[in-house]
Amino acid sequence: MKFDRKIDDAGLREGIAKLTPEKIQETFLQFIEGETGAKLKVYSETCVRCGMCSEACHYFMSHDGDPSYSPVGKVTQTMGVLLKKKGLVDPEFIYKCAQIAYTECNLCRRCIHYCPLGIDTGYIMSMVRRFCHKLGVTPLYIQDTAHSHSATFNQMWVKDDEWPDALLWQEEEARDEFPNLRVPLDVEGADYMYSVIAPEPKFRTQLIYQAAAILHESGVNWTMPSLPGWDNSDMAMFTGDFEMMGRLKRAHFECAQKLKVKKIVMGECGHAFRSVYDMGNRWCGWDNYPVEVVHSIEFFAYLLRSGKIKMATKFEGPVTIHDPCNVIRGRGLMDELRYVTSEIATEVIEMTPNREHNYCCCAGGGVINCGPPFKNVRIKGNKIKAEQLKRMKDQGVNTIISPCHNCHGGLEDIIHAYDLHMELKFLGDIIYAHMEKTKAVE
Amino acid sequence: MHDIYNFVVGPLAWFGWGVFILGSIFKLVYAYNKFVTKDGTSAPYMSWKYGLRSIGAWLVPFNALGWRNNPLVTVVTFVFHICLILVPVFLSAHAVLWQQFFGVEFFWTLPDNVADYMTLAVIAACVFFAVRRLAYPRVRFVTEAKDWWVLLLVVSPFITGFLAYHQVFQYQIMIVLHVITGLAWLALIPFSRLAHMLFILFSRAYIGSEFGGVRKAKDW
Ligand code: SF4
Ligand code: SF4
Ligand code: SF4
Repeated sequence: MKFDRKIDDAGLREGIAKLTPEKIQETFLQFIEGETGAKLKVYSETCVRCGMCSEACHYFMSHDGDPSYSPVGKVTQTMGVLLKKKGLVDPEFIYKCAQIAYTECNLCRRCIHYCPLGIDTGYIMSMVRRFCHKLGVTPLYIQDTAHSHSATFNQMWVKDDEWPDALLWQEEEARDEFPNLRVPLDVEGADYMYSVIAPEPKFRTQLIYQAAAILHESGVNWTMPSLPGWDNSDMAMFTGDFEMMGRLKRAHFECAQKLKVKKIVMGECGHAFRSVYDMGNRWCGWDNYPVEVVHSIEFFAYLLRSGKIKMATKFEGPVTIHDPCNVIRGRGLMDELRYVTSEIATEVIEMTPNREHNYCCCAGGGVINCGPPFKNVRIKGNKIKAEQLKRMKDQGVNTIISPCHNCHGGLEDIIHAYDLHMELKFLGDIIYAHMEKTKAVE
Repeated sequence: MHDIYNFVVGPLAWFGWGVFILGSIFKLVYAYNKFVTKDGTSAPYMSWKYGLRSIGAWLVPFNALGWRNNPLVTVVTFVFHICLILVPVFLSAHAVLWQQFFGVEFFWTLPDNVADYMTLAVIAACVFFAVRRLAYPRVRFVTEAKDWWVLLLVVSPFITGFLAYHQVFQYQIMIVLHVITGLAWLALIPFSRLAHMLFILFSRAYIGSEFGGVRKAKDW
């Protein structure tokens, strides 16, 4: 069958140039024998090809029911063929597999709610990615971030001295507002270690400022690590480089263990939470995680409930919530998210579908990290989200709260492309702006 | 003809059952071993509570999002599977065989006319699935030869059984065909798409455990 939506990407192009069918097959047999188990086998044997999962996927919905975008459609075009041909395929086919697996599936797992047999298409797609990674066929941009992880243990090539520099810079900025504010580095035995994703020091330093302000105001005993391990993000997980994923998570947890902190609090990020809570920790062989990790949603809920943070005012006007799959379908934080939102905004109007049934933003799963060549894939592939947001807009909602970096990136592009003129907020944005600032100068 | 009949309900039947039972055991044991040895990041999360919760949630028609979004498929799927299991097990003509070969005595069997309608329901459902496969791009796109074989495999004992019961064509031939197709159906359960009958409880229980225990979210 013809694949008529090939997009040129240097990583994929150069990657397949080094392959031959024999090499592919050899790697595939190794991969199937050595790495995959009953899950992949049972999924591929039992799927009855009923197509019920089609409507789960925003790509399918956004492409007017084009079956090549349905979850099972994507499986049959990739892993299905690989299994049937025992990996004896030509390099061009691997290009197609990689494009589908890396850019046409967000691993959002919405399709779980549709398949009577409980087949996890996201898992199958991540196995396709793993195989492509082993062949060295990965999209250029995301591979660059994965390389950065390998070289620096953070996603954005932040150098060892730039990191504390960024923190101290934000501390200095914040001291104009909170004269006693510190960003406490490497405090042994602190209650909380705050970890972020590398784009924060790189492009969104105000988020570090805000977090520091909230933590300072709340009076909790917190710290940030000055050494590698501070970045909780993980693009290696999404390229299929599980070895690197494991090393990253180990570094992250070891950082917390060296500091003997009680808990890790992480910023408002979905995929990092997936890596810490779901994928990386398990790859390392931990049943759960060695140091408890609290997502910002839970942490803010705790601060508000315990009165450590009080809201001086609330955000005016109706807001809606975009549920990030990695912390909602991935951790069930939907009720906590609603609690926090209701505490900080005057009115919340829910989207439909919402909670664990929400449509993904189409940025997740590393798709946005595949960079400019695939921007339109995300935008066209999530018309359904634009329609969903439009319905909210028609009800007078102009603000979307979403506690996930990727969701922000993805939704911003959608809002812009579909002329929706809505604004996106992190919980921290609103809390910082509307909380009582007892420790600030007037 | 009588000899052939005796052969198919005798040795061939034992063979069919044997393949079904041994094949199923083999498949399940093989998958279980692979699961615990190779799926180390999944197997330890199996939970009775959440596994059963998920199975329960999906057994209720229209409860899961998938069922709600495919109402017609849902109705047909439920009717189909219920009839598919009840008819062969509780048919009065089969009760005799249960008794004769396995020594199992039933207190209750399906009234013949009800079983007749249920058989028709199975056949109608198979026609529905076939039409859906052809007419619906999302299903046609992913349909393989295997999917047609399995449909044929499933429907044949019901068609032959129906024809035999109503004495259409030659009863003797029909009943032999019926037994053969029924046994093929049974024997191929572990080795075809029908394997979902064996695995569904486990795949559901696993994803239910994963969602309930780890992700704290519903999987329906
Ligand atoms: S994008 Fe989400 S719904 Fe679509 S196939 Fe991937 S995991 Fe399933
Ligand atoms: S709903 Fe499940 S069984 Fe049906 S086609 Fe999709 S993955 Fe296969
Ligand atoms: S970016 Fe957000 S919506 Fe998209 S997959 Fe990640 S958490 Fe889900």
